[in-house]
Amino acid sequence: MTVGVLALQGDFREHAVMLHRIGAEVCEVRLPRHLAQVERLIIPGGESTTIGKLLAIYRLIEPIRERVAQGMPLWGTCAGAILLSRRITDGRDEQPTLGLMDLTARRNAFGSQLDSFEADLMIDAIGEAPHHAVFIRAPILEQPGPKVQVLARLADGAIVAAQQAHLLATCFHPELTRDERVHRYFLEL
Amino acid sequence: MEKSTWTTKAGLAQMLKGGVIMDVVTAEQAKIAEEAGAVAVMALERVPADIRAQGGVARMSDPELIVRIKESVTIPVMAKARIGHFVEAQIIESLGIDYIDESEVLTPADEEHHINKHNFKIPFVCGCRNLGEALRRIAEGAAMLRTKGEAGTGNVVEAVRHARTVNGEIRRLQNMNADELFSAAKNLQAPYELVRQVAELGRLPVVNFAAGGIATPADAALMMQLGVDGVFVGSGIFKSGDPARRARAIVEATTHYNDPEIIAEVSKGLGEAMVGINIGDIPHEQLMAGRGW
Repeated sequence: MTVGVLALQGDFREHAVMLHRIGAEVCEVRLPRHLAQVERLIIPGGESTTIGKLLAIYRLIEPIRERVAQGMPLWGTCAGAILLSRRITDGRDEQPTLGLMDLTARRNAFGSQLDSFEADLMIDAIGEAPHHAVFIRAPILEQPGPKVQVLARLADGAIVAAQQAHLLATCFHPELTRDERVHRYFLEL
Repeated sequence: MEKSTWTTKAGLAQMLKGGVIMDVVTAEQAKIAEEAGAVAVMALERVPADIRAQGGVARMSDPELIVRIKESVTIPVMAKARIGHFVEAQIIESLGIDYIDESEVLTPADEEHHINKHNFKIPFVCGCRNLGEALRRIAEGAAMLRTKGEAGTGNVVEAVRHARTVNGEIRRLQNMNADELFSAAKNLQAPYELVRQVAELGRLPVVNFAAGGIATPADAALMMQLGVDGVFVGSGIFKSGDPARRARAIVEATTHYNDPEIIAEVSKGLGEAMVGINIGDIPHEQLMAGRGW
């Protein structure tokens, strides 16, 4: 199975390393023609404004939406989760987005870098052991629509992982850890 | 919940990879940079080219300016402290911004000691010219590196020299056996543990950007092809004829650094680049890269 990692900006290499480790083929996606070669796509962490801008300039938004409509599984981590959400708050007004999941992403929900943190997170979908999650200038997800399934919340109830059919959004970075379970979960979607 | 861990400090730098960090001196410039696709901005009172032209002692920027720039954008904001000036660093940390650059562009405050960066919650980026310098900064707690280049010149030659030096030294370590690594650590004047780690990984244990002299999309792509993780552009954008276009072109060239057709396309009709300076024309004592050790 060939998994695409959107390689416009951000920690795409860390995703690729994790995918190689669990036996997947990886293809870096920078242009629409690269999309044709992949069966799934991951949008990595990075700056959502930068990635959104490059998605728009290189005309990737519509092709990705089309592939998703045809059933391609898509996962966004952090910036990727913002780009998957239909609504963005505390972002830039004109910020381009894929707008695929019935969610609101609140950017920089915890504050500046000084509020970045690590925390153990219960994610029933990947098993009983907690996932040690890394949150870096992370968003949170709000107002999930009826088709959205919440996969994980912080202790205060904030939604940090969600799924809508074959779309997955996580506000944290499994690719920065040694825990392969979220990647394996995505490959089974 | 643990805040400000090594993973979150080095992790933010991971998120900046493949991106362009731009020097800005006003909130308006910061917005132009964000709009052009910068992954972060460096809040400054003067860009390096002006610091170089005006001379005198260059210090941390006015906290009011840094805060104003922070409030004007949603992307990470960095600010510079003088080498060894840990109180400037404490002040910047208290402003709640995202990264400190302990920078040779400012006049050093300490000619012997860099800041002990382990004492801070905020992550630091530091400059390096070679592997030994890079590893000494990591030992002091730097969570990100950048090759120094020669800031404010619009001349990429020093950035190339420093990137090639660091990468060449890493490749040499990879070919050494365990016995040789001990003496390599001595020669590099770097901690053995870090030297061993670099030999094993085949790269630095933190993200490494290029800085100092990058003025065109081609310069940015050159540094990316030489193996850096991203680029800082200081004077190169707002000292050029059409900053917004040049900024966007450099962002695109950094993403598509292996695609000459795209780099050619974005390089068309960008207007005047900043006026460059030949390194040989700069009096030795005015070179910035030699500051720090």
